[in-house]
Amino acid sequence: MHIHAYEKIWLAFAIVLILLLLGSVTYGAVGPGVAMVADSEAQIDANALDEDDRFAEPRVEQVGENEYEAYVVAYQFGFEPSPIVVPENSTVTFQITSRDVIHGFEVAGTNANTMAVPGEVAEITVEVSEPREYGIVCNEYCGAGHHAMEGKLHVVSEEEFAEMNEGGENE
Amino acid sequence: MSDALEAEETFLDRFPEEAKVVRSAFLGSFLALTLGAIFGIIQTLHRTGLFRGLIDSTDYYTVLTAHGVFLVISFTVFFLVGLFTWAVVRSLDRPLVDIRITWTWYVLMAGGMTMTGISILAGFTDAIDMSADVLYTFYAPLQAHPLFYTGLAVFIVGSWLAGADWFRTWLAWREDNPDERIPLQTFMVLTTMIMWYIASSAVAASVLIFLLPWSLGLIESVNPTLTRTLFWFFGHPVVYFWLMPAYLLWYTVLPSIAGGRLFSDPLARVVFVLFLLLSTPVGIHHQYLDPGIAEGFKFISMTNTMFLLLPSLLTAFTVVASVEYGARQRGGTGIFGWLRSLPWRDPAFTGMMLAGLMFAAGGFSGMVNAGMNINYMIHNTIWVPGHFHLTVGTAVALTFMAATYWLWPQITNKPVYSRQIGLFQVVLWFIGMALMSNAMHAQGLLGVPRRTAEPEYSGFDYPVAFGGFEELNVQIAIGGTLLFLSTVLFIGNLVLTMGNPRVSGLAETIRPALSGPDDAPEVLDDLRIWVGIAVTLVVLAYALPLAAIINDGGLLGPGVGTYPVWIDATVGALAEVAVPAAWALVDALAFLGARLLDAATSGVVA
Repeated sequence: MHIHAYEKIWLAFAIVLILLLLGSVTYGAVGPGVAMVADSEAQIDANALDEDDRFAEPRVEQVGENEYEAYVVAYQFGFEPSPIVVPENSTVTFQITSRDVIHGFEVAGTNANTMAVPGEVAEITVEVSEPREYGIVCNEYCGAGHHAMEGKLHVVSEEEFAEMNEGGENE
Repeated sequence: MSDALEAEETFLDRFPEEAKVVRSAFLGSFLALTLGAIFGIIQTLHRTGLFRGLIDSTDYYTVLTAHGVFLVISFTVFFLVGLFTWAVVRSLDRPLVDIRITWTWYVLMAGGMTMTGISILAGFTDAIDMSADVLYTFYAPLQAHPLFYTGLAVFIVGSWLAGADWFRTWLAWREDNPDERIPLQTFMVLTTMIMWYIASSAVAASVLIFLLPWSLGLIESVNPTLTRTLFWFFGHPVVYFWLMPAYLLWYTVLPSIAGGRLFSDPLARVVFVLFLLLSTPVGIHHQYLDPGIAEGFKFISMTNTMFLLLPSLLTAFTVVASVEYGARQRGGTGIFGWLRSLPWRDPAFTGMMLAGLMFAAGGFSGMVNAGMNINYMIHNTIWVPGHFHLTVGTAVALTFMAATYWLWPQITNKPVYSRQIGLFQVVLWFIGMALMSNAMHAQGLLGVPRRTAEPEYSGFDYPVAFGGFEELNVQIAIGGTLLFLSTVLFIGNLVLTMGNPRVSGLAETIRPALSGPDDAPEVLDDLRIWVGIAVTLVVLAYALPLAAIINDGGLLGPGVGTYPVWIDATVGALAEVAVPAAWALVDALAFLGARLLDAATSGVVA
């Protein structure tokens, strides 16, 4: 088959571009260790979340020094808990599921983003820095009230976080 | 082969029966375009907050479902079946084997789409207890009325019959021409249809095995990850099903309009084979953020996706080279000076060139979508609709409109009412889309979600960049309005064209490629080999993920509800009896409807 010389150069350029794109993603995963949403958690019965020790009471829990887990339930039309409160400069692992239909969980303006699928548990780990309030939006259509579905992520100072938790225990 | 004849005869002169099929398919397509554009302008103004007086926000999703389904299923696929019928008959220079088969698939497709359309539009009124507010992706456990799924199934079966019709016609041609290469346009149609059979089998299975029985109450639940994965098995290759007719036009029609010839016939064949092989084993790239699918499967899908850039990059080269050849034939010189020698006053040429330019931009944002890690930044934000309004919304839609200015006279013998309006219309589309799509991409980076009636929230403000959320909303609304006006001009011009008297001398010629089919290895025409490899790649990409999903969550899910319930289980028992009866009724109605439509279209066109 006859291929023009310019065509060969273009073909080579195209293949190099493709390999560069693949290489950059591979480097991101292997080098800086960007972990993807995957099948790390087992399936659960979305109709019986109140029997699950993580999602019966959606909450934030300390699991190590400066490490927290947030158990989040998405439902028509909101998130629990709301707000999700975590201390500054910590590592937070979200475990997110849905009670009813497919939702999205996106901390607006960041790359903390995942689907919330009934029967599945999504896990993402993020680093939070200084105190700030973020909005959480559902970015998958989930029914007639979809546009009203929002949550909040509050990153608070360590003192404030400690105070809040003590207050909780006293109640 | 038929060049000499075509110089004198139009397609209508030579194949009047087939020309009628092509016209009817195009009219179906343009009806859907009209409806889609009306819903488009309503939602642009609503979403951006410029005018929310027409609908409630809860009805926005009915509008959005209608906009999506009418445009990406009905508009695109009806245009495709018309164009492919034209391409097969023209390039084989013989009529279809049996025109009754042809009308059967047309009736099935029109009937199926009518059913689905009714189920969606019924969502606007409370008087009928029916709706299908599930958007184009119909993710379970959101449930649509059974009529929605039934219509989709009938429509897909119709498209399968259409493919069979073209294959039969090709086989009949081969009997008479045993030693000839498959003509290029027919080759493009056949490879595209093989891809479609592979891709649509999954969504047909999802609808017939899971979603339709579930909506009828025959099974209690479905596995949302499974039906979602089966949707995207179909959902990515379908974008190439929209795009391949545009590619066919860019490869075979555009060079001739530019006064040149296709640069390389063999490379065009290679490109279509690559699309056949790589279009399907990539669907999981729409599910990078899905729990329940292992990272390795996502990585395989990404690798295939990136290699799918190759045929599009090759197309960019070949199409530009062919057009440049045309310009030089017309006396163009210089490194870029030849651009001035092109027929920019021809709406068909300018429309297709602008569509190709936008496709390049869409390709770049597509590379971002395809990257597993940066995808997190834009997944399900309005960036994504920004992307596909460049691809299907411009590369495909604008090419179809531009091609209509070239093709319509040949299937009707009526000259276009106004080529000036046509030229203005395609440029207006380009400007409108440039505004709208650019602002959508920018909003996506701020985190603004797609698919929502009211993207502004009470509890927080978006970060400020690119002029900010509000200013970008205004750009989207202006762009959307220009696109609506462009559609009105297109439809208006076409309606006025129908009023023109029939004339002779409208025939157009398609010149053969510079490097012809004899330069292409024979193996390219051996379709069985490509079917085998394509199926193998799909099995490699999908067997394990599907097995894992079924193994983990079960065929009917790990325990998931239904929202809303259309027909509950007690009624479901009745449905078991009622379904065959309903099917018979549906078939009868579809037949009747199509006969009416046929009568109506022949009335309009004649």
